[in-house]
Amino acid sequence: MSSFKAAYHALLAHWHTLTGYKLFWPVFIIAGLAFCVAVDTYGFVDLYLQLILIYVGINIILTVSLNLINGYMGEFSVGHAGFMAVGAYVASLLTVHSFPAGAQNLLFPLAILAGGLGAAFVGFLVAIPSFKTRGDYLAIVTLAFCMIVKSVLENIDAVGGPRGLLGMEKLTTLPWVFFWTALSVWVIRNLVYSNFGRGVLSIREDEIASDLMSVNTRQVKIIAFVVSSFFAGIAGGLFAHALQFINPRMFDILKSTDILIMVYLGGIASISGSIIGAVIYTILLEILRPLGIWRMVFMPLMLVLLMIYRPRGIMGMKEARLFTPLRDLTTEKLWRQKKKEAPDASA
Amino acid sequence: MAYLFQQALNALQLGSIYALIALGYTMVYGILTMINFAHGDLFMVGAFFCFLLAVYLELSFVPTLLFTILGVAMLGVVIERLAYKPLRNAPRVSAIITALGVGLFLENFTLALSPYPKHIPALIEHTTWTIGTVSISSLQILVIVLSLVLMLILDFVVQRTKAGMAMRAISWDKTIVPLMGVPVNKIISLTFAIGTGLGGAAGMMYGLAYPVIDPYMGIMVGWKAFISAVVGGIGNIRGAMIGGFILGAVEIMVAAFFPSTYRDFVAFTLLFILLIVRPYGILGKPHPQKV
Repeated sequence: MSSFKAAYHALLAHWHTLTGYKLFWPVFIIAGLAFCVAVDTYGFVDLYLQLILIYVGINIILTVSLNLINGYMGEFSVGHAGFMAVGAYVASLLTVHSFPAGAQNLLFPLAILAGGLGAAFVGFLVAIPSFKTRGDYLAIVTLAFCMIVKSVLENIDAVGGPRGLLGMEKLTTLPWVFFWTALSVWVIRNLVYSNFGRGVLSIREDEIASDLMSVNTRQVKIIAFVVSSFFAGIAGGLFAHALQFINPRMFDILKSTDILIMVYLGGIASISGSIIGAVIYTILLEILRPLGIWRMVFMPLMLVLLMIYRPRGIMGMKEARLFTPLRDLTTEKLWRQKKKEAPDASA
Repeated sequence: MAYLFQQALNALQLGSIYALIALGYTMVYGILTMINFAHGDLFMVGAFFCFLLAVYLELSFVPTLLFTILGVAMLGVVIERLAYKPLRNAPRVSAIITALGVGLFLENFTLALSPYPKHIPALIEHTTWTIGTVSISSLQILVIVLSLVLMLILDFVVQRTKAGMAMRAISWDKTIVPLMGVPVNKIISLTFAIGTGLGGAAGMMYGLAYPVIDPYMGIMVGWKAFISAVVGGIGNIRGAMIGGFILGAVEIMVAAFFPSTYRDFVAFTLLFILLIVRPYGILGKPHPQKV
């Protein structure tokens, strides 16, 4: 009888989280997608605002995917703009040169996917040096990679060289951005809380120790780099078809710095932090636009102050409840209860 | 042959500038194990200081050089005190991000104050000697000799003086050295002053050699100098000098024999390969990791 009662009480205690948790995401996704489609069809939000929303989405994809490497795996990659460039060029070349003019809208997701796959392949190549080099030296490898991509693109005349690439139709619409953003957040969030994700975290904490604990560090690194660069490529493809013009200079180290700022503003190793960081940074840049060039003076200053007074960013190493798996929430709750019952044992 | 010699001279000029900047990176890294990404922008500030002093105060070469070094060194110390010191015990990545932020701030602040590229006047008499088919300008000689003199002074300071000994000691072990009565904060400030001062001097020389300066000039040169420091083995002062000359030579030779747009590509590819083959640089030592 008492076990029945305990089970009932447990159910009652978790009821709120269970429902709130289970229903929030489906409702949010459907409502969001419906809103985006409605905006796209009826256009009751003006185009400037739509463009900002599109940039917010693209920046979320970039930030979340970079957070997998820089936050969860604890490496310092500065080459994210390079992956983005690969995705942008692959997707744009496909839509401009290969796809028939009539079927652009239908084939657009394919182009984006191809851009992501291209970037993923390059990410695989960058993962190989990460077996031997770590920390600052790996940062330099990724930096060198970013510069190499830019330099190669500038030297290939078939893709426009330094002049860049023109002729993309405006295929990036709000629903597509929403779809890819949701997909990237979903995939990376699930990856991080999976068995593989624990491997990623263990590399951040101590690579040699995790190797000894039979984590296949090479495999983990390859998958992390491939997934991260895949989504960077997707963001690149979306970016190219939102702006309808790309050139190699857009994807230089300054772009990487932008993404890094969003990651560290939001906080490392936090999905919700990445989203917050990307949203705040993108919108703040737009709000401060009247300041002209002084906003570019103000932003880095803010970053420095943030690092001094809150070095882990807004959400660093913490996660919003909505992104934490139920399993972890329950464990945490039980642990707290235990601590309350026997405070001496844990101290 | 003459062509080759001519290019070697150009390589020496560019290499000495890279080496001077690389020294700043490597000194700060050696003592704080932190990459000061704002260093390339301090180099840019050096060029702008030189412009201000030469145009508005109409100073001649030597006072301009001295005040540039002094000004940039002071700026470096102020940045260290305000931005980096509070983060000395924070996660290393925070310090790197702060450095990136400081760099962006310097770039954009300069851009906001001076939106157009500036032209540095010739501060020294420009004469060109021709030996056979090789032409040597007084500026080239000046840049090379001055860099070498500055590097020799630095080497003397680090190897032979008490402050230099303290610097080497701090980079060797950060916990014991303060217990031995070494004033760590003062030594770190001194390191920043010397490193950024050299960067400022490099900025001025770069401005004299390639007279058009703009707020973003520090980015590419800064990264190249950083590569030099890594190639030589970051944290190693002599390695930074060697790395600077190697990178200068590679860049000039690539530009001499291939289309010059391939220059960055070859430089970075070399870096890429070097890091895979010898990840700790030419003179650096591998650090064994402990669990």
